[in-house]
Amino acid sequence: MATQQSRSAARMMMAPAVILLLAWMLVPLIMTVWFSFRKYLPLRGGDLGFVGFENYSRFISSSSFWPSVQTTLIIVGGVLLITIVFGVILALLLDQPMWGQGVVRILVIAPFFVMPTVSALVWKNMFMDPVNGIFAHLWKFFGAEPVQWLSQESLPSIVMIVSWQWLPFATLILLTAVQSLDSEQLEAAEMDGAPYLKRFWFIVLPHLSRAITIVLLIQTIFLLSIFAEIFVTTGGAFGTKTLTYLIFQRVLESQNVGLGSAGGVYAIILANIIAIFLMRIVGKNLDT
Amino acid sequence: MARAVSSNRKLLNTLIAWTIGLIIFFPILWTILTSFKTEAQAIADPPIFFFFDWTTENYSVVQERSNYMRFLWNSIIIAGVSTILGLIIAIPAAWSMAFVPSKRTKDILLWMLSTKMLPAVGVLYPIYLIFIQLGILDTRIGLIVVVMLINLPIIVWMLYTYFKEIPGEILEASRMDGASLKDEILYVLAPMAVPGIASTLLLNFILAWNEAFWTLNLTAAKAAPLTAFIASYSSPEGLFFAKLSAASTMAIAPILILGWFSQKQLVRGLTFGAVK
Repeated sequence: MATQQSRSAARMMMAPAVILLLAWMLVPLIMTVWFSFRKYLPLRGGDLGFVGFENYSRFISSSSFWPSVQTTLIIVGGVLLITIVFGVILALLLDQPMWGQGVVRILVIAPFFVMPTVSALVWKNMFMDPVNGIFAHLWKFFGAEPVQWLSQESLPSIVMIVSWQWLPFATLILLTAVQSLDSEQLEAAEMDGAPYLKRFWFIVLPHLSRAITIVLLIQTIFLLSIFAEIFVTTGGAFGTKTLTYLIFQRVLESQNVGLGSAGGVYAIILANIIAIFLMRIVGKNLDT
Repeated sequence: MARAVSSNRKLLNTLIAWTIGLIIFFPILWTILTSFKTEAQAIADPPIFFFFDWTTENYSVVQERSNYMRFLWNSIIIAGVSTILGLIIAIPAAWSMAFVPSKRTKDILLWMLSTKMLPAVGVLYPIYLIFIQLGILDTRIGLIVVVMLINLPIIVWMLYTYFKEIPGEILEASRMDGASLKDEILYVLAPMAVPGIASTLLLNFILAWNEAFWTLNLTAAKAAPLTAFIASYSSPEGLFFAKLSAASTMAIAPILILGWFSQKQLVRGLTFGAVK
């Protein structure tokens, strides 16, 4: 029942946002694809012409490519596992009746608001420092040899830092989902004598599956591009070079723009594969 | 699904939840505590929890040595202006999508979301190059534009989900009464939309404040916000725990406080309305 006039007004109102985002998406994307087919070394001769798919094959065949993929998968997988498992537990716990629920909620959510460079630095120095860090004190207290966290156990350390940052996000979303659970169904199951684990497995978990999927997809997209945490802690050393970090080094540190751009195109394709799944879920939700 | 339980059970829940909550919060608490210690006390073995000589010296040292205020000001300007600009652009768009939906509205919304999924590193060099060409590398204006653009999809989405909840009948009624488009927006829509706009503003201010890919890569000395200022502590100054803590506390305190107010909107904003 919208009139012709209001339709064209609507289009006018959408135009700035659409045009800006279109430009923001297309201009750099086209440039990246363009560079990826060229030998382009800004500090060593500039644009040296068209090289076909050479950058693409070189990026994949370089010795740091597969380790970086592996590192990326370990970090993303590790953080997802930790945040989702603990997120479900915490969400169920926070939903229980208790004193000071609001305060506990705030304590649990707080890490999400800490800027990535701060959390990386605080963990790196005040917790994981092998001499003066809290962990070193703790280990010494129990008579153990302090661990050189960010050099010997670099990947688990980064997984831990990033999990700490993202646990609040998972918890909060899962808590929202837990709260929408129909309590009558649970009570009925309880009266029928279903033990807690069974109730959890057959009623709670299926109810949470949608929220878990959303947490999984959104976090994956953000985790694939974590940067500051690695930049500040190890600078990509000790086997912590993710795909994102590898591309960053190729482009800005060694100024091999063609090669880095080919890597960028790979990263874009990878993110898009995951994005398609997320969009489908979000899109379905728009219809209802 | 809260149910009546015995008070023993409630006590147990409270104990477990508080313990876990405090463990999760501990790094923040420890940072705040350490910021009030002397450097010697900050690395004392065993660690000192509360019984140290509280001092605010670190705060003044950080300010003197690094001109903290300038970074703070950059953060405020970049996060604030980018969020307000984003709202100015997004409000009309979200309004028209919520109230004058067309067949393509859903596609446009999903497409906007998809721009958010573009990995920043994939377009790092083009943006870098454009910034150099335009002479806006290491300027606040450049960062404002980039941060605005990366948050624009979230702003549109959040506003859309809020606007969608405003009953259309009210608009129809006002139209019947002869309200013009301007009246409709000003007197009918605006009062109902303000809470949604406020929460969108809050959450996106936080996201912009904490943005740490573009702010690290596109700034140097002049336009660097707090994210970059803190990163400069990575070594060797980071070994001064008390000063690092003071700098960190100052960088996160404003956002922690804003965050408390925004926790309810967080879910909606970050799941694009898929979880309510």
